[in-house]
Parts: sequence; structure tokens; C-alpha cells
Amino acid sequence: MKYLDDFRDPAVARRLVQEIHATARRKHTIMEVCGGQTHSLLRYGIAEELSDVVELIHGPGCPVCVTPASAIDAACQLATGDDVTIVSFGDMLRVPGSNASLLDARSSGGSVRLVYSPLDAVRIAQEQPETQVVFLAVGFETTAPATALAVLQAEQLKLTNFAVLANHVRVLPAMELLMQASDCRIEAFLAAGHVCTVTGITQYEAFVQRYRVPVVVAGFEPVDLLAGILECVRLCELQTPKLVNCYERSVETIGNRSAQDVVDEVYEVADMTWRGMAEIPAGGYRLRDRFAQFDAMKRFSVGDTAVAIDSTDCRSGDILSGRIKPPDCPAFGGRCTPESPLGAPMVSSEGACAAYYRYSRRSTAS
Amino acid sequence: MSDSPTDAAAFACPLPVASDDKITLAHGEGGWLTRRLIETVIAPRLGCTAQNDAAVVAPTTDRIVITTDSFVVSPLRFPGGDIGRLAVIGTANDLTVSGAIPRWLSLALIIEEGFPIAELECVLASIAATAREVGVEIVTGDTKIVPRGAADGLYINTTGIGVLTDVPPPGPAAIEVGDHVIVSAPLARHGFAILSARENLGFEPPLKTDCADLGPLTNSLRTHTLLGTRESPVRAMRDATRGGLTAVLHEWAAACGHSITLDESQIPIRPEVEGVSQLLGIDPLHVANEGVMVLAVASDRSQQVVDALRAVSIGHDATVVGVVKPKSIVPVSIKRLLGREQPLDEPSEAMLPRIC
Repeated sequence: MKYLDDFRDPAVARRLVQEIHATARRKHTIMEVCGGQTHSLLRYGIAEELSDVVELIHGPGCPVCVTPASAIDAACQLATGDDVTIVSFGDMLRVPGSNASLLDARSSGGSVRLVYSPLDAVRIAQEQPETQVVFLAVGFETTAPATALAVLQAEQLKLTNFAVLANHVRVLPAMELLMQASDCRIEAFLAAGHVCTVTGITQYEAFVQRYRVPVVVAGFEPVDLLAGILECVRLCELQTPKLVNCYERSVETIGNRSAQDVVDEVYEVADMTWRGMAEIPAGGYRLRDRFAQFDAMKRFSVGDTAVAIDSTDCRSGDILSGRIKPPDCPAFGGRCTPESPLGAPMVSSEGACAAYYRYSRRSTAS
Repeated sequence: MSDSPTDAAAFACPLPVASDDKITLAHGEGGWLTRRLIETVIAPRLGCTAQNDAAVVAPTTDRIVITTDSFVVSPLRFPGGDIGRLAVIGTANDLTVSGAIPRWLSLALIIEEGFPIAELECVLASIAATAREVGVEIVTGDTKIVPRGAADGLYINTTGIGVLTDVPPPGPAAIEVGDHVIVSAPLARHGFAILSARENLGFEPPLKTDCADLGPLTNSLRTHTLLGTRESPVRAMRDATRGGLTAVLHEWAAACGHSITLDESQIPIRPEVEGVSQLLGIDPLHVANEGVMVLAVASDRSQQVVDALRAVSIGHDATVVGVVKPKSIVPVSIKRLLGREQPLDEPSEAMLPRIC
């Protein structure tokens, strides 16, 4: 922890803030892709501190936020069925589907359990052979390897009562979609450090060249973020689209090969619907045919959930694509709060709306 | 097999009778099994002898302070404590922070059918040891058994009676602009210990609860004449249990009509707790404590109060963490790394670990 303290050193942070101000000759628009970064930027007051020279657009990198309502509807439906237990990460339990969340399903008698790791879901399946255990798997390239491992473990254990509702998504196709939008204002990206730890960074080379946009891989501590932003501002000022790794203590150029291999063994790339953003070509993973027996959507008959629509009051799509800031949404802080969220970005601890509600409501309340 | 009428096995009863290793519904029916449970399992471990329906206690000329609390913690045992210790400490601390000396405790047990008697004995032993440590006497009690599934193992209610031997702090309404906010120990250890044990998060070494009697802290303040008189600099004291430090400060801000600002860099949090908090995405300022006292103190004497708290082992890390300011639109705020103040909201939801 002492080590991490260096990346929260107020003196170093202040120096970086000054340097960013000195470097920027005009205001730049930078998107931080990951929700974890959004929270740090608001929690430490960095977004506010830099507001004269940098506009930070909060990207779609919150896995809970982009999981489609139909996936939650399917999970709720399964949870209230006989002998099925839905298992997922804590955040997912609160996200509203088109009618209810998994917490609601649990209060009406559904079987829903919280785990910290997908491997715990396998353990539950082992311990309760009479119960069908369905893991609602969400997350980016960071969590996909753990779910893939869980599937491999279940196969090895010959479990017949374990399945996955797979909703893993891939970051780069979403970034491409954002760059292709005609109203795109993004001048540089802060790439998500944890995703790059798994995937490596070479995949961004072609992206940088194709869209002529700098990509800087950054961590999550204040000093990490400020160093990443400074690099973005420098590259913007020099008009040099380049890929720079500012998170070398965690991210290697080739990434984590064994994690990539596990994902590749279990999943194949597929088009994926992102909540609030429509279908993204190659935007996610689906289980390979070899693992069909672990695919909950194939194993169980789940009713038609395609009609699932988000609340019409919720502008989460515009927020996830950076078109508006959370306080610009008419429902923000009034009809939509963390206690009664209309959309997922208000639920997740990494959602942009929740971050604004928590850290900078003062400016909107006054 | 004995012919004794008190031997369950001697009866040719068609109904299942009590086994000796598990609590059954029959233990709660008020018959001889109930009596045997109380006389052979509960009373001896608690050192109670009274057979009446109510306890008669020694007369006192002091004012009486009463509080009650129920304990439904899951799991029943966790690193550093168990439900029994918690049931005594939790209620005693509520009396202590009211400025009282805890004297007597009632003990009500609600036990789920099938609960192992050996485990009940462990909890009772823990209750007895903790009561001795705190200096309270368990004078009355009750036992109820509920069918399997109607409770989660064991619930405990304790009512505590204490006496006011001197002048208690005036309370949060007396908090003034400029006062300092002090915490007596590092935050969030209890809540994270319970969460890790409940969800089997497997941190190594396991996080331990901070569950501790706050009596030694108030004793030290009295010894240093900082508590118990009208001249005391202490305006209010609280134990920061559910909702953590944030919940206490929100209540105080509402009561006194001022705002309170914390300085993040001053808040004592152990590195392992900080690590878990980041891993799970849960703010340690929202997490429960069972051995942390929060005080609002006149600023000119706050250093004396900190020194008196630090003189006790559970108060070694006592420190000033905040200051009371004139009312603003934000009742409680926190000064972050770069010096910006941000609102600190009240916790409103169950603690759910985040995904990554």
C-alpha cells in the first residue's frame, strides 16, 4: 500500500495539474474509457481541477452499465423458476431490467446469490448438485478470462448443473463505433489500464493510425490519470496520433497470454447489443459450440425478452457515448437516483451518473 | 437406559424428543426441557442463579440510562469476535457513549430449531467472558425457539441499564462552529471483517473486527477531567456502528444545524482495510465499526482529548479528522487529495461488492 501512496501524492498530483495547464494552448476533449477511471477523476476532483483546459468525456467502460436489460430479464426469469439459482457480481443485483432487478427477484422469492469470483459459482454448483446454478457473466476482457476458467473447470468436473448467461463485451469495437459517429468530438483516448493488462496494447496501433487519434494507456490512481492526461494533451498539441503506455507497471505490450488463450478456447467474438448503444459489430463474446451445454440461453427456455426497453426518461445511451454529461439528463438527481435508478449508469459503482451524483452534486444543487 | 422420569429416552412418546446435541422446538415449550436448557446450559455459563420472572437490582441514587439492541449478525462467528461478544459490547457501548456506566444487562435468545447446543455453549461462554471484561451483570433473560427457517441460527437481544454518575456530554445539538471531530481508532474493520467472512472472500490474513469496549476511553477522559463536568470540552460522543462515520456525522449536522468537513488525509484507515475497500469498491467511511468512538470537542482542548484517548490501547490512533463549519448546502463534506471539498452522502444501500 505504501507503494500505491506514491501514486496519490498530492504534491506530485499538483505539479502534474500545473504542467497540464502549461502545456495546453487550447481546451482538449479526452475520453476516459473505463468507469473506474471516471470515478477516480471525480472522486479526487481532477475533472474539476482541469475543467479550463480539458473536457473529460466519460466513456462506456462500465460493464454493468452496458449489459442489456434483456440479459437481466432473462436472469430474473430463471431466478424465479424452480431449482435455479442465479449467481452474479454484487453490482449486477441492483441493475434494473425492463421491469425488475435481481434484488427484486430475490425479494419475491427468487434464488439469487452474490459471488466475488466466477469460480465461486462453480463451487456452489458442486455443493448443490440438485440446483441448476446459472452465472450471469458480465464484464470486459478483464473478467472474461475468469468466466472462461469457470467454464473449463465445470467441464473438467463434468458438472451438469452449471451454466453461464454470457454477456462479456470487448472495448475496442465500442471505441471504433464512437469514432465513426458524425458528431464525435473525441481528440484523444485514455485507454482502460486493466483491460490492457489482459489484452496488451498492440491492438490499438491500427486504431490509432486509422482514426488519427492518440491513445494513452493509463492506470487508476490520481497520479496515473494525471500523467495519462498530460500525455494526451501533449500529443494533441503536437497533433501526433500515437500509442503510449503510461501504465507500464501493470500493462505489458503483449498482455497476459495465458488469459488470452483461455478466452480464445472458450469464446468466439460475436456481435453484441450494448445497453444504450445498440448492436456493436464484434462487440462481445459468445461461448463456442463445444461449450453449448454450459450456455444458459441454449439450456433453458427463456421467454421472449427482446421487447426489453430502457426507461424513455433515461438518457444513458447519450451519456455512455459521451454526448451529454449526467447532470444534463432531465431525470438526473430527481426521478433517477442511486436508490431508485432508471438506468444502469446510476446503479453501478463505476457508472458515470452514480459518480456525478456522489461526487459533484453540489454544483448542480446550487 | 435409566428409569428416571427426566430421561427423555425413557418415555415411549410418538413425537420426536429432544436430542442432546441440537435445539428442538420442545426446548421452547416451557416444559422440563426448557427448564433443563436454562438450568444446565444457559444459567451456569452466565453465572445466573435467579429463578424469578424478573430481576431485582441494587438501589441507586444516580439517574438510570436504558438502551436496547438486537443482534442478527451472519456469520455468528467471525475473525476477532462472535455474536455473543457483539451483543454485550454493542449495548454496553451505547450506554458508555451516553456518558453512563453500564451495570446490568438482559439477554434474550431467539434460537432456530436444529441449532447445535455446543455452538450455543460457545456463544454463552463468549457472552459471560465479555460481560466480565466490561463489568456488567446479566440479570435476566428469555429463550425462544422458532421453527427451522424462521431465523438464521441465533438472534440475540440485549437491554442494557447504566447509571449516570456525573454530568454527561450535552449532545449533538450543542455542537458549535469551529469544534473538532475526533475518531478514536482506524475505521471500517468490523464491517469488512463481517463481509469477508459472510461472502467467503478469503483475504489473507483475515480482516479482524475492531469489536471493543469503549469504557476505557471514557474512563481515561474522566481521569484527565475532560469528561463528567459542566466544563467538559466534549459536546457529543457516539459509537460509529452501522452506517459508519458518515451516518454519525449526518445525524450530528442535522442536530446542530451546522456543516461538518472531514480531511481525508487525516482519517485513520489500516492499509489492509484500504486495500479491501478499493478491491470491493465500498467506501470505508460508510462501513460499520464496533470499537470506534466519534467525539465532537471544543477545538481549544481537542489535543488534550486526543492525548487522553491515546493513553488507552484501543485509542492509540485517535486523531482529529474534521471541523465544524457554518451551515452550507452540503451537511457533510470531505476534503480530497487536491484540496477540493466534495459532498459525503449518507450510505443508503446494502454493501454490494463491485465487479472489478
